[in-house]
Amino acid sequence: MKTFALLGNPNCGKTTLYNSLTGSTAHVGNWPGVTVEKRTGVYKKGSEQVEIIDLPGIYSLSPYTSEEVVSRNYILDEHPDCVINIIDATNLERNLYLTTQALEIDVPMIIALNMMDEVKKRGQNIDSKKLEKELGVPVVEISALKEEGIDLLMSRAIEVSNKKRDGKTVIKNNDLLHLIGDIKIAYKGMNVVNPLFHAIKLIEKDEIEVEMHASLLPMVNEFEKTFNDEMFGNDFEALIADARYNYISESFKDVVANSSNQKSSDEKLTKSDKIDKVLTNKWAGIPIFLAILFVIFHLVFSENLFFLGRLFENVTPSFAGTAYEGLIWSETGIASPGVFLQSLVTNTTDLLSDLVAEGLSNAPNWIQGFVVDGALGGLFAVASFIPQILLLFLFFAILEDSGYMARVAFILDRIFRKFGLSGRAFMPMIMGFGCSVPAMINTRTLASEQEKDATIKVIPFFSCGAKLPILTAIAGAIVEFFNVGNADLITYSMYILGMVTAIVTVIIMRNTTKRGKVSPFIMELPSYHLPQFKSLMIHLWDKLKHFIKKAFTIILASTIVIWFLSSFKWNFSMCSELYDGSGEFVGYNISESILHSIGSFIQPIFTPLGFGSQLGKYGWVFVVAAITGLIAKENVIATFGVLAASLIASGALSGNPGAIIGDESGISSTISMIQATGITVPGLLAFIAFNMTTIPCFAAVATAKSESIKGQFKWTLLFWIVTSLIVSSLVYVICTWWWTMFIAIFVAFIVGFVIYKYNKSHPANNELA
Amino acid sequence: MLKKLVDFQIGETGQIKKVEGEGKLRRRLFDMGVTPGAVVTLRKKAPLGDPIEVNIRGYELTLRKSEASLVTLEMEESNQ
Repeated sequence: MKTFALLGNPNCGKTTLYNSLTGSTAHVGNWPGVTVEKRTGVYKKGSEQVEIIDLPGIYSLSPYTSEEVVSRNYILDEHPDCVINIIDATNLERNLYLTTQALEIDVPMIIALNMMDEVKKRGQNIDSKKLEKELGVPVVEISALKEEGIDLLMSRAIEVSNKKRDGKTVIKNNDLLHLIGDIKIAYKGMNVVNPLFHAIKLIEKDEIEVEMHASLLPMVNEFEKTFNDEMFGNDFEALIADARYNYISESFKDVVANSSNQKSSDEKLTKSDKIDKVLTNKWAGIPIFLAILFVIFHLVFSENLFFLGRLFENVTPSFAGTAYEGLIWSETGIASPGVFLQSLVTNTTDLLSDLVAEGLSNAPNWIQGFVVDGALGGLFAVASFIPQILLLFLFFAILEDSGYMARVAFILDRIFRKFGLSGRAFMPMIMGFGCSVPAMINTRTLASEQEKDATIKVIPFFSCGAKLPILTAIAGAIVEFFNVGNADLITYSMYILGMVTAIVTVIIMRNTTKRGKVSPFIMELPSYHLPQFKSLMIHLWDKLKHFIKKAFTIILASTIVIWFLSSFKWNFSMCSELYDGSGEFVGYNISESILHSIGSFIQPIFTPLGFGSQLGKYGWVFVVAAITGLIAKENVIATFGVLAASLIASGALSGNPGAIIGDESGISSTISMIQATGITVPGLLAFIAFNMTTIPCFAAVATAKSESIKGQFKWTLLFWIVTSLIVSSLVYVICTWWWTMFIAIFVAFIVGFVIYKYNKSHPANNELA
Repeated sequence: MLKKLVDFQIGETGQIKKVEGEGKLRRRLFDMGVTPGAVVTLRKKAPLGDPIEVNIRGYELTLRKSEASLVTLEMEESNQ
């Protein structure tokens, strides 16, 4: 089967063309070694089947971003049978720049002139025959959106792929051509494929090229000495870039000049400009952005849609008395689409669990436990996140596709640069408040690996939806048991603490392990356009598939391990069963489990955090709860419930386990933990801080692993452990002895000073990485 | 009159004379069409004053002031 590669600028309609070419055969993976999406599919409608590779959208074949390197290496090394270069006809000049580079490679090529309908709408025309004659490769007018001209494009591409094509350059400068010719001959002698492309890149002193063929560099340097252009001197890089653009504007003067002057001379505002006037307005820009963000979160996470809750105070919940009680509305109000979908999934999975448990009622306990609590418990925990993750994804994909996300980066860059990140990093971080999983995947939009890595590391500090129950339960218990503070205030402060931790750790990383200047912010602001339903759905489907694959592998396996550790004794027999006063089964006695021993063993580590050795005999409960939280953070408080029941059964506490577990807020079970251990308020606050900043749930861990560049993941895990230990220790120590704050500030100052001094004497050498 | 892009007022137009900077940064500017000869119009500034948005070669490009300070242009005579 032949292989065709799609090459083009971002926002040129490449994805739309790819979707209509490949349909349901599309497959998403990663390019080896980098987290750049690799999408492949098969075109079946032509005279023969063709494999289609969608190369990342790029502006140039220079080694600036990992996307550019991927595309360049693919065309050079994998020898596709044809390169289909998609060009946005409304932006011919910049799009053709990439074309002039691709033409230098010895590969059959065809140009798909997309969005011609848009050009005609503007009252312009592009002579595609002239373009074809000038460039020497076929040019086919298409509309990817309306799926017009695609079959013709493919049949001509198949034709083209049968003939060899030698690279050609558009550079006209005779002296330069002479040098290019000489190097090309030398390369041919060395059996280098694509000699023309490599020769020009060498003259440009392209980083990768210089590394590959350093032996010929003296030739270029020698020539440089004798060369002196009146405008550029011997700056070949500028000269060649200029030559390409000059060629484009001169050869296609009537076309290009027309389209670029249209905008600047014609003062009529396009629709896109009008939208931009509002969305990036000096005063309204930031408030509008915050409002959009609020609406998205409201639609995904609110249990009280549009704040109509008061109207529902005395209304019977929807589906009262069934397993789906409160699905559409409840006493709190109308469920948002996100909450509705989530309840739909959890109610259904709860029903399934009950059914399976019933079906297995005659099976041995361990089988029942393994299936219901281990395997299904883990899968269902993941399933319950999926609706909200997908919905959040959908909204952000709409913002991305419409062109608004680029404006968000534009609006916020100034603030984020202070922390050593670009405006683009804001989106993934804010998504972290919803769920770390889509947030981490969204870091793909970041320009540099350094920035991406730092962002992935701090995303969990933006406390996600699943961590909220920990906050509310413990804050509620503090207020109720110790009678201090205000639950909302505690919750709010903890959110702030997470954000501060994120900012501080990013600043530290950017000054120590991830040094280097902030990556430049030179970015196209694409015209606004309506996102396409089809590509949004394809996007969501890809994400869903990816996530389900993870759920069935790494997440499932980890969940089963934790389940095993918490339900079995060292002799591999199950822990004893616990019943409440009315004889209802409430769970297995986790106090006898392997996890309990592990918890007790590592408990001393948490002494500086206020929930270690000082808590005595039952102090391990907090450690165990934190470990079960790795499955899903909701488990932390649920584990408190099981632990309360087990402590009551062993006589350590008095109370009614049924009532404690039945209290959904988790406040009663937290109070039981306080009674059993004698933990202090600072200790509890440190426990919240620890859960917020430590290793996130398995789903997020799995995502971090697949989104990290090779070898970084282990450092990310270590980073989470160390950060959580330090932050929570600080919370505990400072809240217990307030004057230690001065010591902390002093130490921070010293550390900051040392880093500053060191960086001054050892400047970062990775210029822009 | 020569003027740096960073000093442009909104609506001003000029033709690029020189692009400074080095390495990847300069390469990036070239790749995005910021080369000598190109005509640039400053369209707007971000709400916090930085980055800026320009029209170049028929499309909208955003860059930071620090990057705009590398670009020197010949001002076009205002014909308004």
